[in-house]
Amino acid sequence: MVTAMLETYPTDTRPTETRPTDTRPAETSATGAEAIERAWAAAERVTDPEMPMLTLLDLGVLRDVQVEDGHVVTTITPTYSGCPAMATMRDDLQRELLEAGFPDAEVRVSLSPAWTSDWITEEGKKALKDAGISPPGAAPARKGPVALTLMPTRRAVTCVLCGSDDVRLSSEFGATACKAMYQCNDCLEPFDHVKEI
Amino acid sequence: MTANNEPTIHVEHDEAGTNVDHDTHDNAYSGLLVNDANWAFGTDFEDPLAGVDTTVPDGVDPKDLGAYCLMLGDDALVFSQRISEWCSNAPDLEEDIALANIALDLLGQSRLLLARAAAADPELVPELPEGSPVPDEDRLAYFRNDLAFRNVRLAEVPNGDFAEAVAKILIYSTWRLSIFERLVTSRDTVLAAIAAKGVKEMSYHRDFAGRWVLTLARGTEESRFRLVTALDGLWPLWTELFETHPVEAAVTAAGIGVDPAEVADEASVIIDQVFAAAGIDRPERGGLAGVGVHGGKGRDGLHTEALSKLLAEMQVVAREHPEGQW
Repeated sequence: MVTAMLETYPTDTRPTETRPTDTRPAETSATGAEAIERAWAAAERVTDPEMPMLTLLDLGVLRDVQVEDGHVVTTITPTYSGCPAMATMRDDLQRELLEAGFPDAEVRVSLSPAWTSDWITEEGKKALKDAGISPPGAAPARKGPVALTLMPTRRAVTCVLCGSDDVRLSSEFGATACKAMYQCNDCLEPFDHVKEI
Repeated sequence: MTANNEPTIHVEHDEAGTNVDHDTHDNAYSGLLVNDANWAFGTDFEDPLAGVDTTVPDGVDPKDLGAYCLMLGDDALVFSQRISEWCSNAPDLEEDIALANIALDLLGQSRLLLARAAAADPELVPELPEGSPVPDEDRLAYFRNDLAFRNVRLAEVPNGDFAEAVAKILIYSTWRLSIFERLVTSRDTVLAAIAAKGVKEMSYHRDFAGRWVLTLARGTEESRFRLVTALDGLWPLWTELFETHPVEAAVTAAGIGVDPAEVADEASVIIDQVFAAAGIDRPERGGLAGVGVHGGKGRDGLHTEALSKLLAEMQVVAREHPEGQW
C-alpha cells in the first residue's frame, strides 16, 4: 500500500534485493560500520550538477546509503519529474563511490514520497544564499484539493544582494525546474528563488 | 546499471552510402562524449524506473494497466510536444521559460508513465532491430503510428496565439490535476508516486494559466477577444476529457485508475471560478464528434490530422536511426 510505503520512509525496511543463487563471497571492503561510514562520506561529497554549491545530501536528493550483501546501495529521489540531471547524479554517485573503493555501487530511485523543498538542509539553504540564490521557505502543507491561486504567490523573499524585502516576482518559472525568478525593486538585482513544493 | 564510460563514436555515411567509422580524433566533439563530471545530460539511456518495484498489483489485468498508462503517458507526451513548439516564440522571455518548464514537467511525467506502461505490458513496446539501444519509453514515443496513440484530442490541437496556449493549458491542467489528485491513492504504487509528483508540478501550471486568463480577459479589448475566441475554439474538446473508456472503467474498478467522469463536476467548478474572476462566460459549444459508426475518439486511437503531422516531426529523426546513439 502507498500509505505503508510513506510511513516506513526514510528508514526503508523493504526487503533487500532477492538473490536466491547469490554465492559471491562478501567483499571485505564493504562490510561493517566502517564501510557504511566511508560510503556515506563518499556519497556526501557528490554535488548537484545544476547547482554545484549544493551537495545531493543538502538538496535532499540523497535519501539513503546502505551496504547490502557486500555492495553499496544508495537511494535518490528526483526533484522534478522531468529533472534532466538524474542520470548525471547517478553517474556521479557511482564514480565517487568507485573512487572510495566501492566498485559495484548501486543507485536506486525512490519516487515515493515525492521530493519536497523542505528536505533542503539548513546548510543547503545557507549555501544557496551565499551563491546568490534565494532559498525556499516552508513548503505548503496541503490537505484536500489543491487550491486554485489566481494572485501571485506570496513569499517572504528578500533580495540576495541588498537584503531588501521590496522584491517582485518576474516569473514562477526559471532557468531550472526548481526555481522562480525575482527582481529587487531597490537595487534592481534579478535573482533566482528555489520554489516551495 | 552501467555507466556510459566509453566515448561514443558516431557512425556516419559517406557519399556512396557506406558506413564510415570516425575514430575519436576526427570528431571535434569527442572530448564532450567521455564520462566527464562536467558534461551535460541525456547522453545515456537509463531506465527512469530503475530500482523501482514495478510488480503489477493483484486484481488488475497487466494489459489494462499498460493501456491505461499509455493513455496518460500519451496525453502528457503529445501536450508536452505541442507546448515545446512555443520555445523561442513566446511574447517575452519569462513566458518562454515558463512554457518550456511546463513542457519539461509533462515530458518527465510522460517518460515515467510510458516506462510504467512498458513494464506492465511488454507487448505494447514496438520491436526494433536487434541491438538497438532505444529504451522502451522511447520506442513507445517514437515508433508507434498515430492510430496507436491514446491521448485525448485536446492534447494535439495545433498551436494558435499566446491566448490559445494559455486557454489550452488551463483546460488541460484543470482536468488533469483533478485526476492526478485522485490517482495518488492508486493501488499501483508507481502510478501513485508519479501522480503525487505531478500534482505538485501541475498546480503551478494551472495557476500560471489561470493568472494569464485573468490578465488577458481584463487587459485590452484585443486581448480579451483573443482569449474568448481561443476558449470558444477549444471548448468542443472539453466533454471528451470526461468520457470513460472501457480501459479506464476496468482500472478504476481494480483500484488502479481514476474514472474521468468522476472529476467532471470538480473540474467544472474550478474552471468556472477562473471564468467568474475573469468576467467571461463559459463557451456554449457542443462536443466534437468522434469518427466512424462507433464515434471513436482520442482514447480509441482516432485522432485529428494534427496528430499525424505532430508525430511526423517528432519521430522522424528517431525513425531514421533506430540503432542510433545520441
